[in-house]
Amino acid sequence: MFEDFLFRAFVAGIGLAIITGPLGCFIVWRRLSYFGDTLSHSALLGVVIAYALSFNIILSVFIISGLISLSLLYLQKKTNLPNDALLGLLAHSVLAIGLVLLGLLSFIRIDLMGLLFGDILAVNFNDILLVWIGGTAVLILLVIIWRPLFAGTVNLELAKAEGMKSELANAIFTLLIAAVIAISIKIVGILLITGLLIIPASASRNLSSNPIQMAIIASIVGVISMVLGLYSSLTWNTSTGPTILSVALGIFIITLLPWKKLPILKKKTRL
Amino acid sequence: MENLLIELNNCGIYRNEKWLVRGVSIKVFKGQIVTLIGPNGSGKSTTAKMALGILKPDEGNNLIQDDIKVSYVPQKISIDWSLPLRVIDFMNLIEKYNLNNITETLSLTGIKHLLYEDVRNLSGGEFQRLLMARAIAKKPDFLVLDEPVQGVDYPGEIALYKTIQEIVKNLNCGILLISHNLHVVMSQTDHVVCLNGHVCCSGAPKSIVKEAEYIKLFGKNMDPTLAFYEHEHDHNHLPDGSIDHSH
Repeated sequence: MFEDFLFRAFVAGIGLAIITGPLGCFIVWRRLSYFGDTLSHSALLGVVIAYALSFNIILSVFIISGLISLSLLYLQKKTNLPNDALLGLLAHSVLAIGLVLLGLLSFIRIDLMGLLFGDILAVNFNDILLVWIGGTAVLILLVIIWRPLFAGTVNLELAKAEGMKSELANAIFTLLIAAVIAISIKIVGILLITGLLIIPASASRNLSSNPIQMAIIASIVGVISMVLGLYSSLTWNTSTGPTILSVALGIFIITLLPWKKLPILKKKTRL
Repeated sequence: MENLLIELNNCGIYRNEKWLVRGVSIKVFKGQIVTLIGPNGSGKSTTAKMALGILKPDEGNNLIQDDIKVSYVPQKISIDWSLPLRVIDFMNLIEKYNLNNITETLSLTGIKHLLYEDVRNLSGGEFQRLLMARAIAKKPDFLVLDEPVQGVDYPGEIALYKTIQEIVKNLNCGILLISHNLHVVMSQTDHVVCLNGHVCCSGAPKSIVKEAEYIKLFGKNMDPTLAFYEHEHDHNHLPDGSIDHSH
């Protein structure tokens, strides 16, 4: 089964879509939509460093993304700048450093299209293991920090006053995002992973009346986009990543219809 | 002392080159209501945040017993529209309770019928009642209420104050209550602290119903849950923020 490249693409893609659902919700709730972009911009630096030092790409991207995440947390505390300004500042400066470094190390050749869109059809068995084992670990950690993270998202002072370790949860959360970007960059690329974080969560917001419902529906929307997108890209011979995102956008548009009148999405749902 | 919940000892917060509040000493014991009053910008909420450990004092020290359960009703919370949040989800924010527990507490503050309503569809007063309900459901040892009756209508205000009194009695918790009303406080208040950048005066409130002038003002139906606080200031605040002790 795993010999079929299409089957491998499905397994890896579905695994990734399940993880990005709930993480994307927190990104939308915390107004960190550009966070994914910032981290993916910094991924270039991670890739360059990995090539320069002949180091593992995934680990290198994770370390750089993690450092960027932690500097964001630090800057949030130290400056009066809003999140979007800080994210822009980090994104562009780190991208610039990555490009400068790339210019200096002229022996490195990076496949830019590969970095942007990945190649889900070239996924191997190890990539699948990485997505599913890494993804499960990410989701388990998210469940563990859910309460302090969510309480801090609603109101940080209230959460802190009542003894929640919300700041620690925030730090762990940003590292989880860094981990997901590192896991996915080779498979689906920068553009797809940031889109997968934001679009399903946004579509899910249109359908949900409570946070857990929103997280679950976001995963479902992601999985549907992934499956339909992969099929469509094969059928019409279009590039895979962009096709998956286009399908996600299509689902978002459909969610704008008044679905909340359906009994399963009513406010009284016990989720 | 064994029943001491929190203690601020000569605490101050320094921000943007000025002291928001300075030299505040407050103790809250179990079963006691301490009311903080003062005009806008006098440092009431800042003081409350020190008592809660949200802010670390830049001067003095704050002691919070570490084995106590704390509930906080902040002055205002704005919830992002991107977050779908119903009353029941907000009740379960810090701790998860069973449904009976939640509906019971919500009926205490009179908003049981809103259980599945999205919190952003609540009016200001209803949201205030929700904040109260969530704080009570936790059965705290120490409860901080930052202007808990803002936006609540007058009968609702009396009812909420009565609820607060019942909580103290039932839970035997200590309460730090913040009010911008300078003269009328809850009659059950044990101790009033008047702030204006520092502690201006403090003491016990007088029973309002005995004050002839207040009876004239509010009529005999003035509720006994409220009491009058008589200020004894020995100084004036000058417009530039300095303090005049001369008179």
